[in-house]
Amino acid sequence: MGKAKDRTGPLARRPDNSAFKQQRLPAWSPMLTANTVLPFFYLLALMCLLLGVWLLLTVQSTQELKLDYTDLGSCSECYELRKNVSYAEQGCRCKVEFYIDQTFKGDVFFYYGLRNFHQNLRRYMDSRDDAQTVGRESQLKNPSTYCEPFIKDKDGVPIAPCGAVANSMFNDSFSFNYQTSSGHIMPVPLLRKGLTWYTDKNIKFRNPKTGNQTLAQVFEGTRQPLYWQKPVYDLDPSDPTNNGFINEDLIVWMREAAFPNFKKLYGILNRAGDPFTHGLPKGNYSIQISYNFPVQPFQGRKLVVLTTLTWFGGQNLFLPIAYLVTSSLILLMAVVLTVAWWKFGKDGKNMKE
Amino acid sequence: MTVLKDIPEKWFPVVLPIQKKKKTGFGGKQSKKKRTEEERKVKANDREHNEKFQYASNCIMTSKYNILTFLPVNLFEQFQEVANTYFLFLLILQLIPQISSLSWFTTIVPLALVLSITAVKDATDDYFRHKSDNQVNNRQSQVLIRGSLQNEKWMNVKVGDIIKLENNQFVAADLLLLSSTEPHGLCYIETAELDGETNMKVRQSVSVTAELGDPNNLVSFDGEVVCEPPNNKLDRFCGTLYWHDKKYPLSNQNMLLRGCVLRNTEACYGLVIFAGPDTKLMQNSGRTKFKRTSIDRLMNTLVLWIFGFLVCMGLILAVGNAVWEQEVGSLFQSYLPWDPPVDNFLFSAFLSFWSYIIILNTVVPISLYVSVEVIRLGHSYFINWDRRMFCSQCNTAAEARTTTLNEELGQVEYIFSDKTGTLTQNIMSFNKCSIYGQTYGEVMDTLGKKPKRLDFTPFNPLADPDFRFYDEKLLESVKVGDSHTHEFFRLLSLCHTVMSEEKSEGELVYKAQSPDEGALVTAARNFGFVFRSRTPGTITTTEMGRTVVYSLLAILDFNNIRKRMSVIVRNPEGKIRLYCKGADTVVLERLHSCNQELISITSDHLNEYAADGLRTLALAYRELSEDEWEAWSESHRCADKATDCREDRLAAAYDKIEQDMMLLGATAIEDKLQEGVQETIALLSLANIKIWVLTGDKQETAVNIGYSCKMLTDDMTEVFIISGHTVQSVRQELRRARERMIELSRAKDEGTKGWAEARFMGNGLKDGQEKDGRTGEGSKQLNSPCGDMDNISGEFALIISGHSLAHALEADMESEFVLTACACKAVICCRVTPLQKAQVVELIKKHKNAVTLAIGDGANDVSMIKSAHIGVGISGQEGIQAVLASDYSFAQFRFLQRLLLVHGRWSYLRMCRFLCYFFYKNFAFTMVHFWFGFFCGFSAQTVYDQYFITLYNIVYTSLPVLAMGVFDQDVPDHRSLEYPKLYEPGQLNLLFNKKEFFICIAQGIYTSVVLFFVPYAVLSNATQINGVPLADYQTFAVTTATALVIVVSVQIALDTGFWTIFNHMFVWGSVGSYFTIMFALHSQTLFRIFPNQFHFVGSAQNTLLQPVVWLTIALATAICVVPVLAFRFLKLDLKPQLSDTVRYTQLVRQKRRKPGGRSMGGAWRGTGSVSEGRLGARGGSRRSGYAFSHQEGFGELITSGKNMRLSSLALANFASKHSSSWIETLRRKKNTHTPPNTSGECSPAPSNMSGTGPALSNSSSVLGGSQETSIEEESNTAVELSSSSHPATLEVNESKASAPDSSTSAAATTDSSGGWTLSLETVQETPFDQRGFARASYSSDPPCDARELPHPHTK
Repeated sequence: MGKAKDRTGPLARRPDNSAFKQQRLPAWSPMLTANTVLPFFYLLALMCLLLGVWLLLTVQSTQELKLDYTDLGSCSECYELRKNVSYAEQGCRCKVEFYIDQTFKGDVFFYYGLRNFHQNLRRYMDSRDDAQTVGRESQLKNPSTYCEPFIKDKDGVPIAPCGAVANSMFNDSFSFNYQTSSGHIMPVPLLRKGLTWYTDKNIKFRNPKTGNQTLAQVFEGTRQPLYWQKPVYDLDPSDPTNNGFINEDLIVWMREAAFPNFKKLYGILNRAGDPFTHGLPKGNYSIQISYNFPVQPFQGRKLVVLTTLTWFGGQNLFLPIAYLVTSSLILLMAVVLTVAWWKFGKDGKNMKE
Repeated sequence: MTVLKDIPEKWFPVVLPIQKKKKTGFGGKQSKKKRTEEERKVKANDREHNEKFQYASNCIMTSKYNILTFLPVNLFEQFQEVANTYFLFLLILQLIPQISSLSWFTTIVPLALVLSITAVKDATDDYFRHKSDNQVNNRQSQVLIRGSLQNEKWMNVKVGDIIKLENNQFVAADLLLLSSTEPHGLCYIETAELDGETNMKVRQSVSVTAELGDPNNLVSFDGEVVCEPPNNKLDRFCGTLYWHDKKYPLSNQNMLLRGCVLRNTEACYGLVIFAGPDTKLMQNSGRTKFKRTSIDRLMNTLVLWIFGFLVCMGLILAVGNAVWEQEVGSLFQSYLPWDPPVDNFLFSAFLSFWSYIIILNTVVPISLYVSVEVIRLGHSYFINWDRRMFCSQCNTAAEARTTTLNEELGQVEYIFSDKTGTLTQNIMSFNKCSIYGQTYGEVMDTLGKKPKRLDFTPFNPLADPDFRFYDEKLLESVKVGDSHTHEFFRLLSLCHTVMSEEKSEGELVYKAQSPDEGALVTAARNFGFVFRSRTPGTITTTEMGRTVVYSLLAILDFNNIRKRMSVIVRNPEGKIRLYCKGADTVVLERLHSCNQELISITSDHLNEYAADGLRTLALAYRELSEDEWEAWSESHRCADKATDCREDRLAAAYDKIEQDMMLLGATAIEDKLQEGVQETIALLSLANIKIWVLTGDKQETAVNIGYSCKMLTDDMTEVFIISGHTVQSVRQELRRARERMIELSRAKDEGTKGWAEARFMGNGLKDGQEKDGRTGEGSKQLNSPCGDMDNISGEFALIISGHSLAHALEADMESEFVLTACACKAVICCRVTPLQKAQVVELIKKHKNAVTLAIGDGANDVSMIKSAHIGVGISGQEGIQAVLASDYSFAQFRFLQRLLLVHGRWSYLRMCRFLCYFFYKNFAFTMVHFWFGFFCGFSAQTVYDQYFITLYNIVYTSLPVLAMGVFDQDVPDHRSLEYPKLYEPGQLNLLFNKKEFFICIAQGIYTSVVLFFVPYAVLSNATQINGVPLADYQTFAVTTATALVIVVSVQIALDTGFWTIFNHMFVWGSVGSYFTIMFALHSQTLFRIFPNQFHFVGSAQNTLLQPVVWLTIALATAICVVPVLAFRFLKLDLKPQLSDTVRYTQLVRQKRRKPGGRSMGGAWRGTGSVSEGRLGARGGSRRSGYAFSHQEGFGELITSGKNMRLSSLALANFASKHSSSWIETLRRKKNTHTPPNTSGECSPAPSNMSGTGPALSNSSSVLGGSQETSIEEESNTAVELSSSSHPATLEVNESKASAPDSSTSAAATTDSSGGWTLSLETVQETPFDQRGFARASYSSDPPCDARELPHPHTK
């Protein structure tokens, strides 16, 4: 045989005898036999079980506290005040107290949460100009149409940062206080840095080149978003490097949440000094809230969330439970399959015609 | 010249108008739009005059585009496809900013890809068409310009030119033949390219122009032809030549059509009448309807359903949007005011509807159609590449001429097959013979020892080297000079209408009009009786090396009623003898009564031959006295001249002389089946495919072939023959057949029930290993309620003839016919016209909703091939017409099993698996958006990154499923041939139907639910290790997309049953490419350049570094896949399909060798052996496989003394009229039911003839059935005759003794009727005297002595 490739002979038009053309490629043809499927099922069930148990134990070691302060305590006044848009410029502060009965061990993370706030609406999400927030000067004064309907104010002054996302930035601020057992009130030190993805902070958000100008000068000719009290270059008066588009709160906000109920990182407990070296000790705490963000119009709620973390994120019970349930279902299936196989399919009983 | 072949039919409707348009654009001369031509006027040698009419030039253009027009025209064509238009519509929607939920490029990228793939394909096709056009257009031809012959390209030939053609040249345009080098202005053409007929045809020029002869005269020829406008009728031409103020009518007989080839003619001159696109060849090309497969139709329905589903989803989400905007959105307006045009929630909902249509459009992915085409193309290539479908004898590989029907090959239920050339090779071989009671040719192939082929050359230099015969005894018998054997072969060398051609000495070529005759004459030639040549009045033969010239007195021609032909010859000695060969039924009843014993032995032989499926003929002769001859020839002349009822009178005259013949023996010709036909048919019928043979042959021939190819077996419960001539009788016969079937199957059920159960018990004990065909049958019957026509048990066959079929196909009979025929395992329709073939196919298509396949090789099969779902052409000897019309072509019938059982089955399987998976993956992908809609305020926000949406279908998931669609195999090819039952799922449409579709959809939706809600539940609470929440949109999008890609990849891995290197490459490659591309798209570089387009920057790394994300993906994958796995495993365990079983046994066998296979091979081997054993028991149709497949009229042609060359060619011409003439024959047959004897007004036959003739044909004769002669009368006559003829006989014997070699001459002088009606005493005396010295003498022993017959040679 071989390749009779004489193009003139009687076999000139004979197709090549290659494995490919003759569909004889070496191939692996697996089959769902009992000795592969059943062990796989049991193994899978076991793995899910172990994972589930491990995750559950891990989750159980975490602590979490959620505090809905929307109209809690003295904040109800602010809540009422924010109902009326005309008082938007007027500041409002309130105080909420809470008690921690168990020490939050390790790193403690402070989040603010919003309920029923739709950051995931298509038009909302699109309403931003990444070219502007990456610091392109041309875009700064001339934001792209993506930012509809918050490109310019009614005087035609471009908004920086433009768009609905930036415009609706969460602008409550918190200061946490710890009441020691001695009754002494001391502020809980928070790290307000490192709240963002590295890529967001260093790539996605850049300030326009300042040269030898100040940030304020650079932003001259733009206007702060309509709902903001402070311009973007003055968001963090305490840290001049945290202003402009690279303000961490802004960046955190600009990373839109996928679902209407979400929390965003506000700060991390600074464990540098006593008594917070091991975490948040138990005791009474209070939060001073600068209550600016109106949630009443859209029937939303505002929360403060304190949590300790594990390697797979806060107090997330779903994952371990899902694993445990899946494990038991797989096990059940495996048993059913084993029985079925034993009764009907053993040794290819059914494979005879 | 392959113009026809290169035009894909499906484009034709589009091509033609474009071509016309372009013609006007490019031709330049044809500036105005071509008006419809009513009449064509062409003046020879006058270009100026002809140019006024702006006839099309001879340049053909089958290509569609040129470089400039390609883009617009091709795009225009492509957007005529519904799918493409749909995507264009989507694209337009996406350009509306208020609606656009996806960037425009998500649609335009796939669309552009699809369009450009198609465009490349079209461009390549068109390039090859350009090439072939150029090649054809640049062929050279010799044109008579300004008085001299000049070489001119074909494209420059103009209407009105006179061109010269030489032998073996293609005709350049449709020409009017003006003159030729042959006498009488004749020329011969082969029309294979045009109509597929390979035989030559004669064309003759009008006599006035024929005289012109050479170019010098032709220059001055200025005749004008007025004729019909261009049309596509190949066999019709109507026009008039005006020349020298005279009119000459022109017909098709004067035309040479483009595409023909000039043969056997040195040169000829023709006037171009139609050129280029106007030629009949071009007018005939294309126009086949575009075939679609049932999967195609199902797919289109499903796509429509999906559209409906899409609209429903859109509506639900729009309503959701309305409610949400009213309840929540209106309150949220301070953060996100409505778009300017939106002023209320209803309008918002309206926009949202369209937005969701855009988002969800991926449920009908654009890549579906392209992928299907690619897969089919792959399958077609596999068919083309298959070595096992390559025929090395004819160097032809199988060819899938249509690439769109492959999967339907896996669903065929009915095969309609032509017989001649398809089942048979159309080669007749002289296989056996019976001479004077002795049978020859029986080959003892004991223990597979191949019998030696006889070598004739030393004995006979004129022998045909290709002739095969194995029985030495016959050659011995010839060599020793057995008189019967000699006479037998003498008859074969004289009694025929074959023409011979002897180019050089000894190089004989026979041109037989029927292959049977050719085989017989060739046999005679090899056994030393060589037919050399003939003139109208003589036949020259070489008998045992001696040249003998017989004068041919008459040819009593064959026709369908007579079923025999005879010649009357006078040998050199002057003796007149009639030789007759014909159907045994007819010949045996015309024999002299003293042949009784020989008849019984010979008919035993005939039965044996017929049982072997051989075509038999009986041979007989009769000596005629000069007086008898004179008398008869007078009556014959009289009949010949009669103007009314000439046929009948001739038949009566023939009948008169073909009486009292002496039987010589019988021949058996094998109509050679193609290799492997039996096995193929057995295999296909095991695969539950019903095979119908539709043939133009006679019933007997067809039935014989049916038996020899094991379509009909003796196991069959009953074979019904429907041959009624009236509607009523056909209806009655059909009904009776059906009643009988029900009755028989009921009886059989009763009988087999108990027996089958017993068998089952036995089988159980034997571990059920045994696979017995009968057991299976029995078990089937157990389940079947009888009485229902669908569940008839038992094997029946139906044979229906053409005229009955005509009635059965009438509207009110159709269903009755279908009901009966479909209950039968085998159906043979004989004597059907090409049109009826197509009608039968249409009938089954209409009533049975089954996939039909038609296979044939000739032009008469074209209609059938075109109307069946799948047409297969045998690229054999009969030309290319059938191949051109077919969807698949190969060289041998046996390749059909591979085409269907291997390629078809795989194709179907692959396509089904592909479609299931394809719909699944798109639903899994798309429906996630739907669930997300409930969380994002129905704002038509997508779940995934837009690039992912763009690339998902064309990059991330396309190749693995394509690889599966192209390469998948459930069982290897030899297995599917071993287990033909594996074919059944395709016929029952089990692998992809609406139910399977819904299962896939459900699985897809389930997957989408898991893929949305698991990440939702996990991520909404989870954070990164550094505390950053994971619930942001981009993380969610990346997680879901990754999970999706992984889940569908695992799913394809589960679905793939055959992991070739390509599957591995594509599956792993796709997953790899997903990650690579994602990381690239989320990279800084791209973001820095286009910040607004790539705002997912960093998402991939931030997300995929999180263990929780991987935990989520793993969980989702497990939840998606495990139920599928469990379900499949359970199905495999509880209800395994046959393919699973075969796979399993394969696996097991690989582990431990297991003896034997329960292969189906055993099953059909079993049937084979059974039928072998019971062959003898077959009743009805056992004899008379009358072998003449030819038409009458040749005898006349030969004796009329026309130009012998002409007649030899006309012979071929006649043969081609096969299909139309049988109707005439039928008509004639009806007319001849009156006994011809009574109508013989002028039959002044000799008195002894008229006396003996009727008396001896006492045995039931069809034609002479009117005679009621008493026995006394008969015996009286016999005695009287015997006494008178006794001396004559002795005289003959004496002459023989002196000159044994010239024995024929003696016979010619003998009064045959007297000579053979010897009384018993005479016979007993004479032979014993002579045996000693006249052993070789042929005629002296009238075979009346019963005791001698079994051993004529041993005494």
